[in-house]
Amino acid sequence: MRALRYERPADPQAAVALVHDTAGAVFLAGGTNLVDHLKIGVADPDVLVDISHLPLDTVEETTEGGLVVGANVRNSDLAAHPLVRRRYPMLARALLSGASPQLRNAATTGGNLLQRTRCPYFRDTSIPCNKREPGSGCSALGGYTRYHAILGASDHCVATHPSDMAVAMLALDAEVLVLGPDGERAIAVEDFHRLPGDEPDRDTVLARDDLVIGVRIPPPRTALSTYRKVRDRASYAFALVSVAAETTIADGTVTDCRLAFGGVAHRPWRAHRAEAVLLGRPPGDDVFAEAADAELAEARPLDGNAYKIPLLRRTVVAVLRELHERAERGGTA
Amino acid sequence: MPAENASPREHERAVGLRVDGTDHRVTVDVRTTLLDALRDRLGVTSPKKGCDLGQCGACTVLLDGRRSLSCLALAVAHDGAEIVTARGLAESGPHPLQTRFVEDDAFQCGYCTPGQICSAVGMLDEFARGDPSYVTADLDEPGDLDDVEIRERMSGNLCRCVAYPNIVTAIRAVAAEDER
Repeated sequence: MRALRYERPADPQAAVALVHDTAGAVFLAGGTNLVDHLKIGVADPDVLVDISHLPLDTVEETTEGGLVVGANVRNSDLAAHPLVRRRYPMLARALLSGASPQLRNAATTGGNLLQRTRCPYFRDTSIPCNKREPGSGCSALGGYTRYHAILGASDHCVATHPSDMAVAMLALDAEVLVLGPDGERAIAVEDFHRLPGDEPDRDTVLARDDLVIGVRIPPPRTALSTYRKVRDRASYAFALVSVAAETTIADGTVTDCRLAFGGVAHRPWRAHRAEAVLLGRPPGDDVFAEAADAELAEARPLDGNAYKIPLLRRTVVAVLRELHERAERGGTA
Repeated sequence: MPAENASPREHERAVGLRVDGTDHRVTVDVRTTLLDALRDRLGVTSPKKGCDLGQCGACTVLLDGRRSLSCLALAVAHDGAEIVTARGLAESGPHPLQTRFVEDDAFQCGYCTPGQICSAVGMLDEFARGDPSYVTADLDEPGDLDDVEIRERMSGNLCRCVAYPNIVTAIRAVAAEDER
């Protein structure tokens, strides 16, 4: 790790201007991902622009009944927030499934969206990786691919996005609020994270001087939602696959649904094809499996991760069945 | 200005830290983690360096009242912070968790223990506040702190001697005492 300068700007505009004007400057928030990357050499900045003290730390209810979550709101605080628990149980569960309690106490909402892949080849600076060193090659191809993508990958990169929170945010149709040198803009979570294509070094559509200042979540459509994460151990592990789901069932048919997957692609994966199959159909295991299969039709497994296809299929069916059973009992949370 | 041309001072910062009730002022390189500042600069060796990458929990301290990993926190970002380590918990005699860890044989080598203790203190605070966990059935109303809950809530602390069953026993006992 080379020597670093440290700046603590007074407001978000000053932070953006600093990174804009300073070569080698990066934003620092909770530090749980960046400090790790500084130590292992994946990140090599000259200047840390600490935004963790900026007052982007509130959860505000909007007039329409949604939420605006400040970028510095800790993962633990967002998960425990009464409105999140009651109205967006999928989001609370996704947050609570991520990392460990100590990490959630430090990790921020903005940083969670921007965390980088846990692909072991990305984290090993002694070997090629197109995401870390564009053009150097992908060491995962032909290597150990148990944790890698089955959807949307390219010849350049087969890494997966590690976030749980972002999968729920995607299913909730949330927007990322961004401050850049030209002012503020909102980017749908679905448009925020990228597929790797031939530029796997770019995880998101942000420029280096764009600062995430918050996330806007629309009003809840239903509190009948959940997040299920399947992993190699019961806790404190990244997802092999995960499913965020919400459904509304009326008069014996699915009238509304949102489905998103984690652990299977370079970005959180919105399952539009599966949603289309479910809409207007009577809920049941056959229909749930048909929906999963529609989304998985384009899956391209690697040597080590073909297991993810049946695993995701079973998880989709199990989660939708759980929501259906809860709807029949008249439950919500 | 490129970092190579900067004077050494530009890579250092003075920070104030209150550690286990004592105020310190120390000038650190920007790269210094809270863990290294505590251990190497202030001589507070209660938090341990295990993986140093945020994976084991041995460095857990209470940072401004929350359990946190001191190996992933830069000291410069926590100027003015209040830190309590497992040592600080024992200032006026052993903390009930420390007593139960000894009585219940909740460790072998002891290296992870200061982190386990700090983590358990933070966890009991979170539970008392009503915070749910991933295994909590009703997010709105967490029920009892049973063994499944304790295991989930303590999953950020690894123990290579696998003293887990007795760690759970010790924490369960202290949680039951707290309720009375």
